[in-house]
Amino acid sequence: MQLFDIVFYLFAFITVASAFVVVFSRNIIYSAFSLLFTFFGVAGLYVFLSADFLAVTQVLIYVGGILVLLLFGVMLTSRVVDVQMKTGTMQTFPAVILTAGLAGILCGVFLVTEWKTLPGPELKTTAPKLGEMLMTTYLLPFEIASVVLLVALIGAAMIARRERPAGSEKNSSF
Amino acid sequence: MMFPQIGLTHYLFISAILFSLGIFGVITRRNAIMVLMGIELILNSANINFIAFSRYGGLNLDGQAVAIFVIILAASEAVIALAIVLNIFKTLQTVNVDEVNKLRQ
Repeated sequence: MQLFDIVFYLFAFITVASAFVVVFSRNIIYSAFSLLFTFFGVAGLYVFLSADFLAVTQVLIYVGGILVLLLFGVMLTSRVVDVQMKTGTMQTFPAVILTAGLAGILCGVFLVTEWKTLPGPELKTTAPKLGEMLMTTYLLPFEIASVVLLVALIGAAMIARRERPAGSEKNSSF
Repeated sequence: MMFPQIGLTHYLFISAILFSLGIFGVITRRNAIMVLMGIELILNSANINFIAFSRYGGLNLDGQAVAIFVIILAASEAVIALAIVLNIFKTLQTVNVDEVNKLRQ
């Protein structure tokens, strides 16, 4: 087994193991922090798939953006001083059976299917070509994505900061 | 050699496991933010599939371009969902999805 394989299995193990912790941990803070390792592991897998730009984007947006946002959500919605950090679960046993069956079916399909694999050329750097594609082939989705981001920004600010009418009930909990 | 050559199926297995774990998180957790984390896991598994096929399946860079759009949509989805969750918490003092059963105060 070469070094490449060892490092691949290491990244795969980090990804899968921390994803297990995300889902099965009772403490939501532990879940959020092991999501960090999942995202980093996935970024490592992107590097193995010669998608360097995607790996950096993954680290920037998921770890730097979405995860921080999730942590803010955790901090703002649970009473940290209480023991409310524990989160409950519902219907665990049927869900385990269902998702184990789902994973089994998916893995079986992946094994049985005759994939027409043709290993593409080793891409050196993908960023220049990706930028070119975003400006030519994917120009319309690119522009729509920018509008979507703008709408999300304005909408999130509006939803989260809605002023209530003065006559309605006051929340005394904060 | 104990392990086969690293190929397409390895990545597909990882993404299958991540997808199932994400589904598990979405359907079992009561906390809305944990549900969001499950959705992020699902989106990540889809991205791994896209990029694995772009490397091994002859999709070349098209798969990576689609993955960029998936990341963009995941970011905006997380932002909107968290704003809604914060608003729900402000209104109902809970973020457990099974206790939020009305759309007004």
